[in-house]
Amino acid sequence: MPPASSQTDPAQTPEGQKLSGDFVLARLTALQGTLTEGDTDLTGLTKLDTAGAWLILTEARRSGALVNGATPAQTLLLKAVKDALPAEAKSVRKPRHVHLLERIDQIGHGTADAAAGLARITGFFGQVVARFAGSLLHPARLRVTSLVFHMQETGLNAVPIVALMAFLIGIVIAYQGADQLRQFGAEVFVVDLIAISVLRELGILLTAIIVAGRSASAFTAAIGSMKMREEVDALRTLGLDPVEVLVLPRVMALFLMLPVLGLIADLAGLLGGGLMSWYELGISPGMFRTRLLDTDVTHFLVGIAKAPFFAVIIGVIGCFQGLQVEGNAESLGRLTSRAVVQAIFMVILADATFSIFFAAAGV
Amino acid sequence: MMENVVEVRGLVNKFGTAVVQNGLDIDLMRGEVLGVVGASGTGKSVLLRSIVGLQKPDAGSVKVLGVDVLTADLKATRARWGVMFQDGALFSALTVRENVEAPMRVQFKLAPDLRASLADLKLAMVGLPPKAGALYPSDLSGGMRKRAGLARALALDPEILLLDEPTAGLDPIAASEFDTLIAALRQALNLSVFLVTHDIDTLHATCDRIAVLAGGKVLVTGTLAEMLKVADPWVHSYFHGPRAHAALGD
Ligand SMILES: Nc1ncnc2c1ncn2[C@@H]1O[C@H](COP(=O)(O)OP(=O)(O)OP(=O)(O)O)[C@@H](O)[C@H]1O
Ligand SMILES: [Mg+2]
Repeated sequence: MPPASSQTDPAQTPEGQKLSGDFVLARLTALQGTLTEGDTDLTGLTKLDTAGAWLILTEARRSGALVNGATPAQTLLLKAVKDALPAEAKSVRKPRHVHLLERIDQIGHGTADAAAGLARITGFFGQVVARFAGSLLHPARLRVTSLVFHMQETGLNAVPIVALMAFLIGIVIAYQGADQLRQFGAEVFVVDLIAISVLRELGILLTAIIVAGRSASAFTAAIGSMKMREEVDALRTLGLDPVEVLVLPRVMALFLMLPVLGLIADLAGLLGGGLMSWYELGISPGMFRTRLLDTDVTHFLVGIAKAPFFAVIIGVIGCFQGLQVEGNAESLGRLTSRAVVQAIFMVILADATFSIFFAAAGV
Repeated sequence: MMENVVEVRGLVNKFGTAVVQNGLDIDLMRGEVLGVVGASGTGKSVLLRSIVGLQKPDAGSVKVLGVDVLTADLKATRARWGVMFQDGALFSALTVRENVEAPMRVQFKLAPDLRASLADLKLAMVGLPPKAGALYPSDLSGGMRKRAGLARALALDPEILLLDEPTAGLDPIAASEFDTLIAALRQALNLSVFLVTHDIDTLHATCDRIAVLAGGKVLVTGTLAEMLKVADPWVHSYFHGPRAHAALGD
């Protein structure tokens, strides 16, 4: 902005005031409050923009005064601004005080919303199942390319991180377990410890948590940005069902790949545990193997059996949140993080439910 | 009146092997409204992006208000131009009013209620109803989004206005109101307007000069009357097509 000219305060004249200098946005804060009642003479103005015109006109309207001496260009501007002024000055909004009652009301609404959300996600799950059944009846409707693509994205590409994570978990358990068991001279039980904890619980649970972080977020972000750019609506107008085109391939890809990832995690965990017990406790690979074969195979089966359930939870939540995205970028971010948190939480909740169920069933 | 507020010389823009601009020269003079026309894909939007420094050209120079856009610090210049992108480019996480306030926020320190009043004024000037200010861009119609984009471009009363197809998607009445608004603002504020458009009515109603882009260059520039005499087949069919005849009333 060019520097403002020197004299700017309105000079008082018998009929009102004579303005001079620049009446522009850059100086608006300084100019506010300098205007007085009475007619306004603009002949001394060096510069006027819409902000300046707004100031002069709101002041003039309040006092019912006239504005004189505008150049033809300024007259045009003043007219344009005048036409745009709101019918009357709006009252200043006061910050509202939140009462205790309103707080309670908010909690109530929050609870109701959460319940409604749960109902909707259940409904969405039903829709996915229905489409899945439909695609079993008409296998031609299945989007194979998309399915394979997502199997690679969510499955194959996750192998390195899942294997590394499980390998390190195996090492940690062996190391911590060895320390404790040595006190009882029961070192060899470390094999049972590793086998049961990795195969039954940790292998699949931690894999599911990693996949929830990787894929639930990716699903929400991808579907959400399609929703934002009306691509989902475009699909609908073509007669394509978004659940069938976007959701089913993703959920099925996870459904097929999570057990595989779980198996890889199991193997990597055992490898890490085995190496650590060899190094730390001198349990040879041969001894580890013998001992491992003695543990009940149901531990492994129980672990792997949970994988498809976790896969559906992660996939459905990720896709559902993606479809909830509205037009703005903020909601995309919010729902992506919600998808991850919700998916991890639900996976752990399901795992706990499984534990209770298996304990009751005596497996 | 002969001062050039925008001066583009020898502009070259390539995307891979596709050459969009190939030694393009164009000037925008102070106080004029320059209409820029050309078939879809001739690089009008790319030219506009180059002028405001968003697209780094492969060769050539761009000067805006005497400032070299490619090398200089643009902080001060940004307060002197207003840009409206082809698809609005409103900030989706802000309300319409906050969108208009955004440039003011960056450039000046103003009291919040003052800023809100000015934003409301700008929204009213572009013909948006008062309640639109509190809505988010995704809740507006396409035409309303255009207007909101224009209001944001006008937020700082810039000297130069760069508009990419501002009337596309507006109803005819709104489009002609827009033409009137541009005409009023450019007189009152001595605006210089770089107006990319396909709308012959707008060219007729607001533009002093017209530049036709083709083949990576400016094919011809001149007044509408001069355009009518150009022999180039594309220009001829553009200005003599049935729509042009209807718009120009002959
Ligand atoms: N980022 C980019 N990468 C590759 N090519 C691009 C890019 N941006 C523009 N182009 C190409 O440059 C050419 C000119 O595009 P531009 O958007 O400037 O066209 P336009 O003249 O504005 O057309 P319209 O009237 O349809 O808006 C097009 O062929 C487009 O494909
Ligand atoms: Mg364009």
